[in-house]
Amino acid sequence: MHGFRILAPLGLLLSATIAGAADRSIDPSSSRLTAEFTQIGVPVSGPFTRFNGHVAFDPAKPSDAKAHIEIDTTSFDLGEDNYNDELRKKEWFDSARYPAATFDASGLKPLGGDRFEALGRLSLKGRQKELKIPVTVKTEAATTVVDGVVPISRKDFAIGAGSWDEVIEDLVKIKFHIVVTK
Amino acid sequence: MPTTLPSRRGYTRPAIALHWLIALLVVGGFSLGLYMSDLPVSPQKLRYFSWHKWSGITVLALTFVRLAWRLTHPAPAPVPGLPRWQEQAARTIHRVLYVLLFAIPLTGWMYSSASGYPVVYFGVKALQLPDLVAKDKALADLLKAVHQSLNWTLLVLVAVHATAALKHHFVDRDETLRRMLPLLRRR
Repeated sequence: MHGFRILAPLGLLLSATIAGAADRSIDPSSSRLTAEFTQIGVPVSGPFTRFNGHVAFDPAKPSDAKAHIEIDTTSFDLGEDNYNDELRKKEWFDSARYPAATFDASGLKPLGGDRFEALGRLSLKGRQKELKIPVTVKTEAATTVVDGVVPISRKDFAIGAGSWDEVIEDLVKIKFHIVVTK
Repeated sequence: MPTTLPSRRGYTRPAIALHWLIALLVVGGFSLGLYMSDLPVSPQKLRYFSWHKWSGITVLALTFVRLAWRLTHPAPAPVPGLPRWQEQAARTIHRVLYVLLFAIPLTGWMYSSASGYPVVYFGVKALQLPDLVAKDKALADLLKAVHQSLNWTLLVLVAVHATAALKHHFVDRDETLRRMLPLLRRR
């Protein structure tokens, strides 16, 4: 605690310098994060209702862009408590051990116009995976909106097990609509 | 008029086939629906839900065919000597059963849509049915209750319908059940 107090101003200074653009918090009320999967041919999607983080983006220097998102794994909502409870179990998110998933993006590769490729690392259930995500970034006045979809494999993160794999496909699409405001 | 002649004496073969096919699917779908609802979450539960929905959609489709057939191929006249109140009761129950054969699959389909689970017939992507209503938890709870109530109504009416058919056969010893169940003809 003592050490943190001394280092905190230094950390702030460092992050402000590295980011180039000011870190801005994700607006939880207008941002959306959903996971979409397929069970017995049926597309099902649910939102993560609790996540937070910050984004630093300077349109002049996309390669310096940074984002950090922290997702509460207990907040995935399929609309029914018994299914939500199931997803917190060991076979799924194992939320008791891994209450949060994190995504850290560092750098946007311009693809033309407002399209970019975000490079980042997803950490979920103690497993890490590097992801390249096509995104669109729109900045209007004080608001920046980042939209994208990334397919991930449940098995890469040891999510789901045995008998469930027969009815639920491995591929999960993560969709996000991240809004940050100055 | 060749088509009306046989239909005055009995039901046509397609009418009989549709009756029993739908009856089988209704008994199966009803039992499965009753059983699966309270099961704990499991992969098998998801399969049961799928099978239940597929059978319900099949009932809905067959009921369209059956109604079209019924409207173009009149049912046989009631057996001679049937009291008027019984004839009216039978006609009313048949009509309500038709309504339920539409309403029950439709409310199930709507309940599925409102819950955020589209109906995908036989799990084939190309056979994904459109959502009848948008995802809405409160509406889903209401539709679930309506779907269940309609099913209890169906159970009561089917019980009356089947009891009446058996009474015609074993007590009145008339043609009523035999017209719909030709297997009984040679007794």
